[in-house]
Amino acid sequence: MTTLRADRRFSWLRSVIAVYAKDWHSELRTRYAISALLMFVVTTIAIIMFSLGSEDAPPEVLSGMLWVVVFFGAMSGLARTFVMEEERGTSMTLQLLTGPSAVYFGKLLFNLVLVFGLNSVTVVLYLLLINGFVVKTVSIFLVTLILGSIGFAAAATIIAAIIARASTKGTLYPVLSFPILLPLLLTVINATRMAGEGAAFSEAYGEFQLLISYIVVVIAASTVVFDYVWKD
Amino acid sequence: MNESVHIKASGLKKVFNGRTIFSDISFLLTPGQTLLVTGRNGSGKSTLVKILCGLLTPTAGSVDRGGGPRRSEAALLAEIGLVAPYLQMYDEFSAVENMRSALAMRGLKPAAYDIDVVLQRVGLYARRADDVRTYSSGMKQRMKFAFALIHSPSILFLDEPMANLDSEGMEMVRGVMREQRSKGMLVVATNEVNDVDTFDQKVNLDDAARR
Repeated sequence: MTTLRADRRFSWLRSVIAVYAKDWHSELRTRYAISALLMFVVTTIAIIMFSLGSEDAPPEVLSGMLWVVVFFGAMSGLARTFVMEEERGTSMTLQLLTGPSAVYFGKLLFNLVLVFGLNSVTVVLYLLLINGFVVKTVSIFLVTLILGSIGFAAAATIIAAIIARASTKGTLYPVLSFPILLPLLLTVINATRMAGEGAAFSEAYGEFQLLISYIVVVIAASTVVFDYVWKD
Repeated sequence: MNESVHIKASGLKKVFNGRTIFSDISFLLTPGQTLLVTGRNGSGKSTLVKILCGLLTPTAGSVDRGGGPRRSEAALLAEIGLVAPYLQMYDEFSAVENMRSALAMRGLKPAAYDIDVVLQRVGLYARRADDVRTYSSGMKQRMKFAFALIHSPSILFLDEPMANLDSEGMEMVRGVMREQRSKGMLVVATNEVNDVDTFDQKVNLDDAARR
């Protein structure tokens, strides 16, 4: 009985990894999401850079703008995981191959890697190109970046699954994402501001607790909702 | 042959946008048996196949595919092979990549399966490394057979299996159907079957729509 259970668990894990690997393999061939994300990040940061010129904006404005870039960058690429399956007509193939939970976690894993990549590029470019954006408490900034990325990926994955079935995908995604991501955005902007102001690591505990709670709630709710979203 | 697997359809009904497609479809298909689903265009043949595969939920009624309530969804899916016009492969992958990916997504180990043998059987071995996007519609149909047969399913669903195939391809399909009869269960949804009498059970959806 234990062997059977362990075998099922390994089989589920293999399915999750296979869904993730399939998406990466496909992404490397088509470069749909990576290109969209990179183009968006580069152009948006360039616009911010030109509009600020040599002026130093306050840290709270700069930290807010950093997450605006991340938000819209994520919106331009993260829906791809489900929208492409729907547009190419492969969702039914996927439904036939594996259960909903393996699809959800495989896609979540793909979006996680994509968001981490996006955020890393965004932060490096932002630090290099935007005048006045400094990080005084690196530990707060790094933890915020990691937790924020997980939160973004978790929310974006389930929203992408929902809107993939709709006819107005393009406009619906940011509209539906905004209220769901608002608590996350407010928390990461605040934590980034604290990192810029040089606050002690312990002062950001409240923000971290909020981010962890957000991640747990979104992933737990998604696993319940996804079964209904994925099947007709 | 997996004796614990069967298909028991009880009082199946499907309504789309207020229109009843079919109703009161019931049958029991056991290992070794075959079922033919016929009906005019739009009578719901594909809808019934999707419901039997678990891809669509019926408006009323239920489908029991055996194995008991504790059986995982992945285990149930592993018993199914489907060839259908609405089933799409990943165009940017080759035949071999599609097959490997499908086996892995089923939770199986691709190395344990002889993909080349299946591709030879459906006549795609020579083009196995080419992207599916470069295939003709007939080759894509053959690819769907390879996709459906690689894991030796207990239940094989064929929805319009002869679509886009040449005479050699049609002969391959007849061979697959003959073999499946001895290995498990076969469900065929089409109006293009000459040997109707060889099927153990028949569901005519034109009758079901009138109920």
